[in-house]
Amino acid sequence: MEPTAAVRFSRNSFVRNKERLQEIARWVFFSMAILMIVPLVTIIGYLVCHAAPSLNWEFLVEVPKRGMREGGIWPALVGTIYLVFISLAIAAPIGVLAAIYLNEYAKDNWLNRLINLAVINLAGVPSIVHALFGLGAFVYAARLGYSVISASLTLAIMTLPVIIASTREALSSVPMPFREACWNVGATRWQTIKAVVLPNSISGILTGVILQVSRAAGETAPIMFTGAVFYKAVKRGDFFPYQLTDQCMALSMHLYTVTTQVPDVKESISYATAVVLLGVVLMVNASAIGLRIWMRNRKKW
Amino acid sequence: MTTTPTPDTPPARLPGGKRPSRPRWAVAGERALEALIRFCGVSAVIFVLAIFFFVFREAIPVLFGGRFDIGEFLFSTKWYPTSMSNVRYGTFALTVGTMTVTTLAMAIAVPFGLGAAIYISEFCGPRQKETLKVIIELLAAIPSVVWGFIGLTVISKFITTVTGTPVGVNLLNGSIILALMSVPIIVSIGEDAFKAVPDSFREAAVAMGTTKWQLILRVLLPAAKNGLLAAVLLGVGRAVGETMAVLMATGHSVQIPHGIFDSVRTLTANVAAELGEAAAGSDHYRVLFLTGILLFAITFVVNLTADMVIRGVRRR
Repeated sequence: MEPTAAVRFSRNSFVRNKERLQEIARWVFFSMAILMIVPLVTIIGYLVCHAAPSLNWEFLVEVPKRGMREGGIWPALVGTIYLVFISLAIAAPIGVLAAIYLNEYAKDNWLNRLINLAVINLAGVPSIVHALFGLGAFVYAARLGYSVISASLTLAIMTLPVIIASTREALSSVPMPFREACWNVGATRWQTIKAVVLPNSISGILTGVILQVSRAAGETAPIMFTGAVFYKAVKRGDFFPYQLTDQCMALSMHLYTVTTQVPDVKESISYATAVVLLGVVLMVNASAIGLRIWMRNRKKW
Repeated sequence: MTTTPTPDTPPARLPGGKRPSRPRWAVAGERALEALIRFCGVSAVIFVLAIFFFVFREAIPVLFGGRFDIGEFLFSTKWYPTSMSNVRYGTFALTVGTMTVTTLAMAIAVPFGLGAAIYISEFCGPRQKETLKVIIELLAAIPSVVWGFIGLTVISKFITTVTGTPVGVNLLNGSIILALMSVPIIVSIGEDAFKAVPDSFREAAVAMGTTKWQLILRVLLPAAKNGLLAAVLLGVGRAVGETMAVLMATGHSVQIPHGIFDSVRTLTANVAAELGEAAAGSDHYRVLFLTGILLFAITFVVNLTADMVIRGVRRR
């Protein structure tokens, strides 16, 4: 007897079985995705809870006292700001120009494949190797000594790939016909970049720059041996405590110091330092993400 | 077919045989700027070479100093850099430390990372996808020193209470931290790999009546396997090169671990811990730079392989 259509398409045990498997798979993968997030949220909550007794305005603007066992984090905070902005001032122009070269000028030849390879490799070099490089090149060979400038240069080279990658992405999202239209009215390559490509990709470039800031703020190893120190006497609330050739404190380094190098630190102090560092980095990143979403919503093409 | 003129085609002549021209300073300025752009473009290559050169330059005297044996450096487990009578520079225990921590971290991170990548790319709706990707990006942004702190406080406490081992900073702790750190990169590259599978593959499979699970198992995983391999390799690269987190979370004794509750030390953590104490120019100092070269070489090979795998995917 020929099976009728109703029989042929009914839910037999085989179909039920595969649908059940599909539901199981769905839940397994969902729980895997969630399992990445749950510990994160729990851990951050835990940190904030333990940090709460010390988290206040005083903690931010006060200097460390009694061998860093009490007081605040002002010198470290200012040091981080110094390092971030000086490294940004070095890395941003080089990175943006390099990305312009790679996206707008480079043809597909061996040199540019080599450059791509170098960018990828530069992003993959361990941070401690950057530290060794900074020590060998800037501190000793260039005779800059242990200083803000050595540390910033090291950070700049380390974070260069971040800027190059995101700027490239921003530039390549500008449609080709925009450029062709500009070339067709007789503009040169640079005029086209200046008048058409950069204005249309500026927010993407900014995102990359912001990401560089967050990366530079969190790094510890590269500055540990090139310019950051455990302790430096600074006045409370002083905005310009460091010279370019001075050593400085930094938030990430300070966290390492109070948790591993100084005995008997008040518990909430190290937690609060971690929370401040985490807060700074996550806020900077969130602003980059916000900028990207805003930019995508008002994109005209 | 007409070809679009690029700026490299010479401009048409104006009536009278003259070319349109701009002031000479403007042309010269533009030339200079373009030279600068070219130079910045090449700068990445210069920096990579400079890293190699300067690290190697500090390491080189010890190689030819006579008291140093490269075989011992690579294959001896005796690391006594500050011993009075019997100075030994053998990094094998450190290499094994790096490898065990990385392997265990990947054993945790790869299933979860790929599972999350599959969920994000195949199961969830656009809004949920957006949220998850933002969270993963934030997860990737957490500084390594904060991860180290988390390992030192939260996870170490967790391990001692759950398993009852006396010391919470050990191989397992470091691996959990490294797993959490490398999951974001595995998820994002893995998701890219799934996205790169053409939709026609999915349509063909769905037209045959497959469920999503069958589609993933039979179609997407085989089609995306190179991209997934690259994701894992980049995760490995991140884990091998990580410094501060393992410095703070692995407990730091130079030994070949016999179980997951043993304390280990990795190549990166060793440099970070001892560079401050080694006198500049001493053998110890130079050996640490040599370790840097070793790390540079390992991550170079890993990243290069990952890049070639990804490139292979794109070409196809």
